Amino acid sequence: MDTLNLFIKSIFIDNMVFAFFFGMCSYIAVSKSVKTALGLGAAVTFVQVMTVPLNFLLYNYILKPGALSWCGYESVDLSFLTFIVFIATIAAFVQLVEMIVEKFSPALYSQLGIFLPLIAVNCAIMGGSLFMQQKVDGAEMTTVWESIVYGLGSGLGWWLAIVMMAAIREKTTYSHIPAALKGPGIAFIITGLMGIAFMIFSGIQFKSSEEAEKVEAAEPKIEVVEAVETEQTPVAENDQVNL
Amino acid sequence: MSNKNLKYLTGPFSANNPVIVQILGICSALAVTVKLEPAIVMALSVTAVTAFSNLVMSLLRNGLPSRIRIIVQLVVIATLVILVDQVLKAFVYDVSKQLSVYVGLIITNCIVMGRVEAFALGNGPWASFLDGIGNGLGYGLILVIVAFFRELLGSGTLFGFPVLENDWFNLYACGYSNMGLMLFPPMALIIVGCIIWIHRSRNKDLQEK
Repeated sequence: MDTLNLFIKSIFIDNMVFAFFFGMCSYIAVSKSVKTALGLGAAVTFVQVMTVPLNFLLYNYILKPGALSWCGYESVDLSFLTFIVFIATIAAFVQLVEMIVEKFSPALYSQLGIFLPLIAVNCAIMGGSLFMQQKVDGAEMTTVWESIVYGLGSGLGWWLAIVMMAAIREKTTYSHIPAALKGPGIAFIITGLMGIAFMIFSGIQFKSSEEAEKVEAAEPKIEVVEAVETEQTPVAENDQVNL
Repeated sequence: MSNKNLKYLTGPFSANNPVIVQILGICSALAVTVKLEPAIVMALSVTAVTAFSNLVMSLLRNGLPSRIRIIVQLVVIATLVILVDQVLKAFVYDVSKQLSVYVGLIITNCIVMGRVEAFALGNGPWASFLDGIGNGLGYGLILVIVAFFRELLGSGTLFGFPVLENDWFNLYACGYSNMGLMLFPPMALIIVGCIIWIHRSRNKDLQEK
């Protein structure tokens, strides 16, 4: 049940875009059409699922203070190397994905173009690994399985956000927006409103296993996501009242 | 300082601002702006990293095969960020705790990488260094504006000092209350949206058709 909680939390409550602004650069730049947004979201999710567990293993067995006790060096603390090891893992993995995609699916490769290598410098990927490190230090994450779930959840959250954003932006091409607000300006404000809408999820938590029946009752809440896009303003008002 | 160098330094403040014109480095720009103090520390850290990575990459640019340049850039930037992180932990530990993962995220801050790619690989070391400082400060300017509004409206303080209530003047007694929503992430996005709006209505050439 904790794993399920972690999964839901990483998608909706700690959403990469709406709660931490991770990966905003490509989020704003690529969210002009739903099709490319879907492709990039899938690539980011895949890289995230692979790099978070990889970095988890590296951090847990090599970098963490005292992590080298398995080979007899208890007093060694390599944690200052964390950043450079994480980014090297990510860059190497993205390079690998790029080569695989180029070899087996040239069509997808040309469709994603420059954005594929740029995943290496997507803050969402690095941010996912850094949050994983924080969770390990806080003893919230202890197994590889949890790190895979966290990677998948945070990747899916980013995917969901960019696809929703692209869908809204496709519609706004037909709207009368003040000239100065066109492009990035309105994109920021839409994201802000979506973020306020996503704040309604902050209460979701599944009960522990003995109260498993209640989970059935809590689950339908998740379906609200589909309605979120059209219900921004009322949610914003409710939130202010709660504060 | 020659006219051209001065342009590298001051251009990013408004006409070529990294955050609101080039749309780079937004992730960290928004997350650290709940209070002014971390925002300023973050701005200085990014300025240092951008300036020195520009300098180093500009010195290396002639001997560097273009196939491996991304990985070299990442290594240079990551090394500089580790240095900044250790300095912050040593001298301003509290702020470094508040910044948490966002110091590490300077590595993937698009401003650093973007300026190296767009400027340092084609210009001399001194011009690149100035360009790095200019872009870091242009980024810092937006951070300070956003943090000013979020701290003032959200907690009624500036740099931690209460400005809305003191001995001879108390706004809270007149029924004013802080806007808690300002402390949440979405409001930072909306403030940046408004800054872009105001900036582009004054600079009509930046508007999208």
